Amino acid sequence: MMNRTFTPHLRDGLAARPEQFARSTCFEGGYLTSVNAGWRSLRPVIDPVQCTLCLNCYMYCPDGTIFKVRDDDGVAGGLAIDYDFCKGCGVCAKVCPVPCIAMVDEQEGGAA
Amino acid sequence: MRKFLSGNEAFAEGVRLARPQVISAYPITPQTTVVEALASMVEEGSLTCEYLHVESEHTALAAAMGAAATGARTFTATSSQGLLYMAECLTYASGGRFPIVMMNANRALALPWNIYGDQRDSLSLLDHGWIQVYAENNQEALDLALMAYAVAEDERVSLPVMVNVDGFALTHTYESVEVPAAEDADAFLPPYRTANRFNFEHPVSIGYSAGPEFNGHYQYWHHRDMLTAEAVVEEVEARFAATCGRRYPGLVDAYRCEDADFVLVTLGSVAGIARDVADELRAAGKRAGVLRIRYLRPVPGRQLAEALAGAAAVGVLEKDISFGGDGGAVFSTVLAACARRGVARSALNFIGGLGGADISRDQVRACFADLERLAAGQGEAGQVVFLGIDDEEGGPR
Amino acid sequence: MTVNARNITDEEFFYGHKACPGCGGALVVRQVLKVLGPHAVSALPAGCMSAVGFNFPQLAFGNNATITPFAATAAVLSGIRAGLAAQGTAPEDCTVVGFAGDGGTADIGLQALSGAIDRNDDVLYICYDNEAYMNTGIQKSGLTPFGASTTTTPAGQSEHGCLTQKKSLFDIVAAHGIPYAATASVGYLSDFLKKVERARDVRGTRFIHVMAPCPVGWGFPSEDMVDVAKEIVDTGLWYLAEYEGPALSGMPGGTFRLNRNPKAFKPIEPYLRRQGRFRADDGADLAAIEAARDERWAYMRERWA
Repeated sequence: MMNRTFTPHLRDGLAARPEQFARSTCFEGGYLTSVNAGWRSLRPVIDPVQCTLCLNCYMYCPDGTIFKVRDDDGVAGGLAIDYDFCKGCGVCAKVCPVPCIAMVDEQEGGAA
Repeated sequence: MRKFLSGNEAFAEGVRLARPQVISAYPITPQTTVVEALASMVEEGSLTCEYLHVESEHTALAAAMGAAATGARTFTATSSQGLLYMAECLTYASGGRFPIVMMNANRALALPWNIYGDQRDSLSLLDHGWIQVYAENNQEALDLALMAYAVAEDERVSLPVMVNVDGFALTHTYESVEVPAAEDADAFLPPYRTANRFNFEHPVSIGYSAGPEFNGHYQYWHHRDMLTAEAVVEEVEARFAATCGRRYPGLVDAYRCEDADFVLVTLGSVAGIARDVADELRAAGKRAGVLRIRYLRPVPGRQLAEALAGAAAVGVLEKDISFGGDGGAVFSTVLAACARRGVARSALNFIGGLGGADISRDQVRACFADLERLAAGQGEAGQVVFLGIDDEEGGPR
Repeated sequence: MTVNARNITDEEFFYGHKACPGCGGALVVRQVLKVLGPHAVSALPAGCMSAVGFNFPQLAFGNNATITPFAATAAVLSGIRAGLAAQGTAPEDCTVVGFAGDGGTADIGLQALSGAIDRNDDVLYICYDNEAYMNTGIQKSGLTPFGASTTTTPAGQSEHGCLTQKKSLFDIVAAHGIPYAATASVGYLSDFLKKVERARDVRGTRFIHVMAPCPVGWGFPSEDMVDVAKEIVDTGLWYLAEYEGPALSGMPGGTFRLNRNPKAFKPIEPYLRRQGRFRADDGADLAAIEAARDERWAYMRERWA
């Protein structure tokens, strides 16, 4: 995955004592300590063969969990989904014109 | 330089010397001449800052918070209903630990509508997390404008300061004041530096929510740092004396209290009359004292208990009322501070000056006379006495 | 350079937040911040987006951001801009941006917004409109449409939902002579992003009122969010427009433009029937909604087209 300096990312909990963090309400931005995966009952699965890279899913995802996978030259050759933070809302599947995004039941352990 | 200035003009001089970078201003009587004076200073170029003509007090303080979150030194001023209108923002500003300095021209609260001075406005907001200090005269008002920033911005404190100046009694009354030289003020008050600000290399969230697991920690450290302000006030006043020449006495100003049999506790501009009357009594061989509270937050608990430990009777004279309460806010504070430290003294609460009513020398003499009787074991302790009110039905006192 | 799906930054600046699945407001914040880039400073009042983005120690904003009192979005924006201006330390591409909901803008925040526009403070204000107080549980706001059931305008035997029409917030803002204002919908994302880009590059106060459907509050499946956001435009129940103030347009009073002015609208009934909030509305309600729409369009076409 590409280096995204400003993109919030998961940390190992809160490694600070109250007298360090509770003297102001000013704290490092983009500090995440929990994932949203548990919200999901359906998971979107992109069929990379059919995908035309129209990027509709990428643009319309309210959570920004679909990202471009770039090669060493920085060329975006495909899309992937951050399942830690995807909530399974289904917007991506709905806006896909192909359509090549399947919403797969989490309980049935869909391939992804 | 010595100048003849109203309280508001004096305060504006202090603000100019503090070099605020952002001023948000909304007019309300009797604060108006402060923001007018500052606007003139900006216009003539003697003060360089962003001057925001905001459309309400709520915005005045909210804008000050936004500016403070960028690391700018900020100033605003208000009074009475304006203070209450921004009350919501007071807790945001203090919880956000923004060292904003605000002048509050103490004024009565509606209804009945009234523009004159009492202290119900600020005293009703003691627990909004701000440091609260009360000036006695215009010189102190000016000096507090400078010292308030030094206290607020000290990183051990990092809290906003409300400087209270009695409406009309000080704000519109002219006195001779010494205005510090700009070099001295600059030496006393360096530019504001903080980590509690937006950072473009390492972005931050400021003013987030914190749930039950964390919330109490924020409140606790807010309280701890407010208590630390006591020591910081003393350090700041020592530095102020060294650079600007005037020495202030810390959280309280005790006058002839050491051996006093009875002490009148008060705050703000009325303290001068109280000291005059105490001098009269002393001249007549009676041991009277006056304790002027300067800072009500942090509470000068230790100082109160120490100063009042030797007195047989204690009175609290305040321009406040707590409807259905056990006396005014200052009375409750003084009694609690003493009780917590094992000092229980017979006490009376004198409530006067509401809606700008004059507190006369004779009324203050009568207060002291009540205290003298109480100290001699006569009269009933715990009474709340309303100056200038004649209740023929003999209602609760 | 026009921002599009191919050239927009890979960075996400609003990520890991706790917004409901399919949230239109979250899409607004996400995309606006991608257009504005890492040096944007955001201010958000009490409301959905602050509630879901600022839960210490889960802080979902990748760039500088702050919470504000409910009524004070624009006030805090003004203060931030003044503070940055006084110190002269902000990067050149720093946009001071606010994100407030319909209630936070058209109701409790209107005074502060008016003040900021009056001062022409150099800030961008985004109103994400989900047509009710969603964070507190779907209560009526000044931008709740006629006929919509909310928890404070519950559909029942005597009434079928909200009895008032949406305030004309865009017109109110434009009447200040603001340098730039626009309406948009997340259903027409490229139009919206173009307007954000435009607003980013204008100095003074800028305002964008963007329709951001709420699956929970409106009562439709989360996957339909973008579809609903398109359909509200296609039915004419929302409109895409721009206003350029006198300074930008060179015209006294400024100029309005309708970005879409279709000859015919899609029927409103399927749009209304797919949402739980309009379930109780009968034929007379539908006729009233349609009549109000036609009246509004007659007004806009006469003056803006």
